[in-house]
Amino acid sequence: MPPESGRPLTALAIRNAVRAGRLTAAQACRAALDAIDVHEPRIHAYISICADRAMEAAHRLDADPARVARLPLAGVPVAIKDNLCTAGLRTTAGSRMLEAFVPPYDATAVRRLEEAGAIIVGKTNCDEFAMGASTEYSAFGPTRNPVDPSRTPGGSSGGSAATVASGALPIALGSDTGGSVRQPASFCGVVGLKPTYGRVSRYGLIAFASSLDQVGVLAGTAEDAALALQAIAGADAADATAAGRPVPDYAAALEHPVAGLRVGVPRALVADEVDEEVRDRFDRACEALRAFGLDVRDVSLPHARHAVPVYHLVASAEASANLARYDGVRYGLRAPHDGSVIGMNAATRDAGFGRELKRRIMLGTYALSAGYYEAYYARGQRVRALIRADFEAAFREVDFVALPTAPTPAFRLGERLDNPVQMYLADLFTAGPSLAGLPAISIPCGETREGLPVGLQLVGRMFDEAGLLRVAHAFETGAAGRNDGA
Amino acid sequence: MSLTPADVSRIAHLARLELSPAESDAMLGQLNGFFRIVEQMSAVDTRGVEPLYTPLAAVQPAALRLRDDGVTEADQRSANQASAPAVEDGLFLVPKVIE
Repeated sequence: MPPESGRPLTALAIRNAVRAGRLTAAQACRAALDAIDVHEPRIHAYISICADRAMEAAHRLDADPARVARLPLAGVPVAIKDNLCTAGLRTTAGSRMLEAFVPPYDATAVRRLEEAGAIIVGKTNCDEFAMGASTEYSAFGPTRNPVDPSRTPGGSSGGSAATVASGALPIALGSDTGGSVRQPASFCGVVGLKPTYGRVSRYGLIAFASSLDQVGVLAGTAEDAALALQAIAGADAADATAAGRPVPDYAAALEHPVAGLRVGVPRALVADEVDEEVRDRFDRACEALRAFGLDVRDVSLPHARHAVPVYHLVASAEASANLARYDGVRYGLRAPHDGSVIGMNAATRDAGFGRELKRRIMLGTYALSAGYYEAYYARGQRVRALIRADFEAAFREVDFVALPTAPTPAFRLGERLDNPVQMYLADLFTAGPSLAGLPAISIPCGETREGLPVGLQLVGRMFDEAGLLRVAHAFETGAAGRNDGA
Repeated sequence: MSLTPADVSRIAHLARLELSPAESDAMLGQLNGFFRIVEQMSAVDTRGVEPLYTPLAAVQPAALRLRDDGVTEADQRSANQASAPAVEDGLFLVPKVIE
């Protein structure tokens, strides 16, 4: 069943067709694999494609119609960022260090997607250990933006965003530490949802920065993002940071009216260092929200402009600790060495880690080292508390905060490789909500004159994914409605 | 303040990274570039502000949650060691540590 209008099928449409017997999981899976084959030479969104495994899973599903009828993602082909463990399927985190690593277990989010009926077709490319904003720091070569292959898809979940944007499949999992789901969603023109810290289990997510990492969703529509979140959210005995609070019915929440909801815009922050066209599309998006009956007003986030240095201090410090485990002993690479233990550790880490990893490990080790801990790491965490307090104050006046997702549209490959600090500034608007632990969503809100997508970011209160999805859905369908009427 | 080449070599040793001289040079410039954007943050008044080490602390008690003390997993030593660089008789092999 090929897409009729030229638009790719949504997860909801595939699920409904499979449940009704109009489409088999095997057909849906084959179509996704064929589409990936067409796009892959141009965009390189995948590190591994598991066609045989996927077709077997699809046939198993098709053999059990009674089960299919109950599954919320029956037969939906999905892709998984390659830093989420998949049992028996190589998981590299975009690094030479894990080039041959085959996990003995599934990440909880992966297992829950499969239990909901989704079919995993491949593992997507990402910046090494999810550190980067362009997918250029993958050890397996960069992914390219399907909208314009001379540009990056963003990162670090660039492969997941690119494959969804190419139309090959409707849903991909990513991970977001400082913007790694939202920024690529913005660059590629898809929906990117970073849930609240604690909403989705991180069991089996290869650790980068443990006080920030969260599993997120890339999807073509807010409705599909809701379906995916429904499947993966909730408590998990294997992750003490996965929150126990009940998971609401996200699909039902999409239907609630949005009129009267209040949206705050931190004007002073948005005035800083933002591409002119991005600011224009953002302003128009705020006007559109107002036209849908939302109350759009100004708020102030005075400490948010410090988010980039705070984020990079905290995330790098945590990364330097998390990455200490790659020592050439228990799993992953062991490089040729001088016969000593320390020599083995150092040679392995030199051969296994790329230059951005080494920068972050150096930065984090320095920020945690004796004599500098208080000035950098602890001070960073204090400013983090102030950033969060700003959001808490704003949420006493409004229900959501609106920001551009990224200060620019997709930049060109190679453009920022020699300037790490400029690469870090891509996180200007996404790092703050991450530091505060808040849920946030990026939704497409227009294009530049060159046709590059621009993303609108909405930030919500802790655990208010339902509210974010509801406004995103209204924005999406409202915008579509206006286009149809024009 | 600025890092010196000696700082870079000390940190690289702490982090168990081997850096070539060219890598160390580039690293020095890039780290100092980053710490220039940190300076603004250092001017923020944080007197009396408690560090926020985890965002969950804002919504639930930060104390560790404990699960029941029960056996939940079978022994999977060989599966868990399948990606190890060198094992023998269920043990991880490393270079000689004690002479």
